[in-house]
Amino acid sequence: MIAPVANGVLATDAANRCAPGLPESFCHQHEVTGCVGGNGLFCFDWAADNFDRYVGPFFRHLEIVAISVVAGFAIALALAVLSHRHRALVPPVLGATGVLYTIPSVAFFFLLLPITGFGLATAVIPLSAYTLQIIYRNTLVGLANVPPDAKDAGLGMGMSENQLMWRVELPLAAPEVIAGLRIATVSTVAIATLAFLAGAGGLGQPLYEQLGFKTNIIIVGVLTIAMALFLDLIVVLAQRFITPWRRARPG
Amino acid sequence: MILLANVFDSFVGAFDFILHSREAVTGGAQVGGPAYIWPFARTQLEVSAVALGGALAVALPIGLVLGHLGKGEYFAVGFGNAGRAVPEIAVVFLFAALAGIGLVNVAVALGILGLPPILTNTFVAMRQVDRTAVDAAEGVGMRPWEVILRVELPLAAPTIMAGIRTAAINIFATATIASFVGLSTLGDLITGRNVYGDDGVVAGAIVIALLAAAIEVALAGVQWLVTPRGVKLQRATRSA
Repeated sequence: MIAPVANGVLATDAANRCAPGLPESFCHQHEVTGCVGGNGLFCFDWAADNFDRYVGPFFRHLEIVAISVVAGFAIALALAVLSHRHRALVPPVLGATGVLYTIPSVAFFFLLLPITGFGLATAVIPLSAYTLQIIYRNTLVGLANVPPDAKDAGLGMGMSENQLMWRVELPLAAPEVIAGLRIATVSTVAIATLAFLAGAGGLGQPLYEQLGFKTNIIIVGVLTIAMALFLDLIVVLAQRFITPWRRARPG
Repeated sequence: MILLANVFDSFVGAFDFILHSREAVTGGAQVGGPAYIWPFARTQLEVSAVALGGALAVALPIGLVLGHLGKGEYFAVGFGNAGRAVPEIAVVFLFAALAGIGLVNVAVALGILGLPPILTNTFVAMRQVDRTAVDAAEGVGMRPWEVILRVELPLAAPTIMAGIRTAAINIFATATIASFVGLSTLGDLITGRNVYGDDGVVAGAIVIALLAAAIEVALAGVQWLVTPRGVKLQRATRSA
């Protein structure tokens, strides 16, 4: 006896148990027979028929990641530029961002719930907080590695301290900054699969809705990894675009 | 101001949940209090410890040997980078769907997540060891395993410990999700709003965050202990 349910997958009656080894609560609602009913490793037909259900969550995921990384990047960069001038800021900022990084994401979401409630903000705040340390640390290293000659040349041309920072130091620090940004972006894509716990949706939502269904798990896993690789590629291309002099170098 | 008071109230309620038992929202059973929360915390710590132990047993020897030989850099470093892109929750769910639930199965899934940081850090740490120290050790006739264990490992220990810290925190954090696949970790409190109420949810989050901080502090202590005195002196002189 098969009854259709709202999410498009068919439900069985109570007598039809799910795959062996899984508790009742762990089971998705499924057809009795076939690849889906038997919870096969990957059901191509089901995937082809149901792919549209992942489109919305995919772009929501992208949105969560984009907001988190851009916000984290802006804050970390500002903190690094400040700390580069005022070295006394380095230990406290490293300490604070380190503490934020230690808070497990699930706990972070639920600690924010009383303050920001379910929704995008509750997901974005922890995700951007996690990007701070790696970007901040890498930017500081990049700024420290700027050749003194380049700075002297800038000063000799009459640049102010701000001009020197934005037109000489930061562009020359770009490789380290971008290396940090890449790590932050890729990890944020992965951690954002938990954003559904904060009520923000994303690819974790369809994952959780049928958490025992292998095809579903694999689709979400592949989409998430694909998004991470895609965004990583974009950051690499952006680096080539903003540091054209590195390509011009011989060898 | 009312909002601020609400936030304050919810944290007071959460601490009350941690310290004192009360009747469940659903009625009947008593929930909350240290004696009630401890078994959840213990399960989470146990599964994390088993997972970390397994990850260490696999990744540490491979990293030490590859690092000593200077081979497989692409694998060791690439594995660490690729590991970051893998959504941990999907690994846990997939493993449960493939192998069934239970502490060991969840531990294996979590252990897989601990491999990349340990392997990459061990490899990088071994390569960063001063070559002259290795040459000297080989010069006085040490065998390869002696060089690894008595020269390279101590010098590489701080960076290796940093990788183990990352792995431990990742594993412990992800163990929260194990409650979705039937293992009663602290995630049970967080996902059990209908039983534990808002206080229980926030209480679970507080306990998880505090335990993660405790693990971090403890492992930072271990990292300090395993740093050879010479390396500490070197650092002190360099930063001075």
